[in-house]
Amino acid sequence: MRRKFLVSVAKLVAIFAGIFSFLYLKKDENVSSSKKRLTTSFYLRPPGVLNEKHFLSSCIRCGACVKACPYNTLKLASFNDNASNGTPIFYASKIPCYLCDTLPCIAKCPSDALSKDILKQGIKSVNIGRAIVDESSCVAHFGIQCDACYRACPFLDKAIYLEYKRNERTNKHAMLVPKVNYDYCVGCGMCERACITKIPAISVLPSDFILGQRNDNYVKGWVEGDDSILKDVNTNKKLDKNKAMDYLNGAEF
Amino acid sequence: MVQNFKIGKYLILRRITQIGILLLFTFKSTEFILFGNLSSSVLLNSIKLSDPFAYLQIFLASFTLNFEFFLSALVIFLLYAVFLGRAFCAWVCPVNLITNFAELIRRYLKPAKLTNFKANTRYFLLFSFLLASFLFSEPSFEKISHIAIITRGIIFMQSSAIFVGILIFLADLFLQRNLVCSHLCPLGAFYSLISRYSLLKITYNLDKCTKCAKCINICPEPQVLNLVTKYSGKVLNPECIKCARCVDVCDDDAINFNLINFVKGKK
Repeated sequence: MRRKFLVSVAKLVAIFAGIFSFLYLKKDENVSSSKKRLTTSFYLRPPGVLNEKHFLSSCIRCGACVKACPYNTLKLASFNDNASNGTPIFYASKIPCYLCDTLPCIAKCPSDALSKDILKQGIKSVNIGRAIVDESSCVAHFGIQCDACYRACPFLDKAIYLEYKRNERTNKHAMLVPKVNYDYCVGCGMCERACITKIPAISVLPSDFILGQRNDNYVKGWVEGDDSILKDVNTNKKLDKNKAMDYLNGAEF
Repeated sequence: MVQNFKIGKYLILRRITQIGILLLFTFKSTEFILFGNLSSSVLLNSIKLSDPFAYLQIFLASFTLNFEFFLSALVIFLLYAVFLGRAFCAWVCPVNLITNFAELIRRYLKPAKLTNFKANTRYFLLFSFLLASFLFSEPSFEKISHIAIITRGIIFMQSSAIFVGILIFLADLFLQRNLVCSHLCPLGAFYSLISRYSLLKITYNLDKCTKCAKCINICPEPQVLNLVTKYSGKVLNPECIKCARCVDVCDDDAINFNLINFVKGKK
């Protein structure tokens, strides 16, 4: 009798402890202090990730990159993050990637999930994400002089440059607005952390979220060597000559 | 009546290795001894070690052969396949701490058995995880591995480990004795499969045995002790996790490690 009672009490306690711990642990990650992005629905991968699919198939989730990171930028995703459990991620608004010259995160990776090629090519070939400016909340676009992101950028005057614009509102002042050059930006997130607004006006998103890809037929004739994209184009396309000449009589019209 | 088992030297040794390895991983000052976690680590700044089951999944998922990575998995594979058998489960894995604690509580509460999983369920799980790794090109067990979650939880102070730990504890406590480790865990199944010919075995001596059945009652994989009360010999079943609880609880010195007996005999 007493044992049965003890068993049922223990079961109840255990179930409640389980539910409460789950709810409590779900809650504690929602840090909402100022200068922090509220959403964790997107995340950034460490340098050296070629693409998400290749990365997920070869990451052993050992956390060596997290331990190697000297700035505690990287952390392993837990159930509270959108990323696959145990894979390394970081949020640029919390701690950005400082782009160490030696890239210890890649050097320590045992399974080639972080590509060793980046070590040879240097930090300029890193592709974490791309920065994007929200002009409606960037104070430089209001006419106030602010170049926090410009100065924080490790590729100073290349990845972020200042564009001089006439302030149409006052008609006598200049505006120095930040612009991002995607040929240089690697998405380290230093700009996002340096941004002075309450929620950063400049933010780094994964490249897939931002970058498009032009069609092969749009060649920049004014850029030397840009026609190299035509090298492997399939030119064997057979067009029906009669159809082109006779299209007005076809069923389409 | 609650059956009490004595705490032996092997139990203490096991707890020291289990917790010691986790502590070596956790602290930054001991990184030169062990760096990484149970999935992949570097011993003494030079020898790279990797979980062979995780390597197999990654190989099936990505079909890229990184020689250094392969070598690191081979070291661990040979260590267990040639020498230690399935000792990982009892001497390294942190989940063992949780399930042993659940078993201890179970001895006092004596709850009814709710599920009836067979011990070979884990081999089906092992196979399906390998198949899933190949089909979805992602190491599928590493994605949800309770062992990795608990290890990371301890090493990187992640809170999700508490939740998973409570789940494992509850499953072991109320569903079935040793449900997670002895019936479901595919990593345990993997180590069982590779350790058939390992050198370290438990030996049983029928002449000294008084048939008290303490060893069978405490063994987490009782099917491996099928030779007890029948004939003397080695425990050849690879599912034995070498936890040496049977050696600890035996009052008659009928059960021992074969290697230690060999050394004693030489003297």
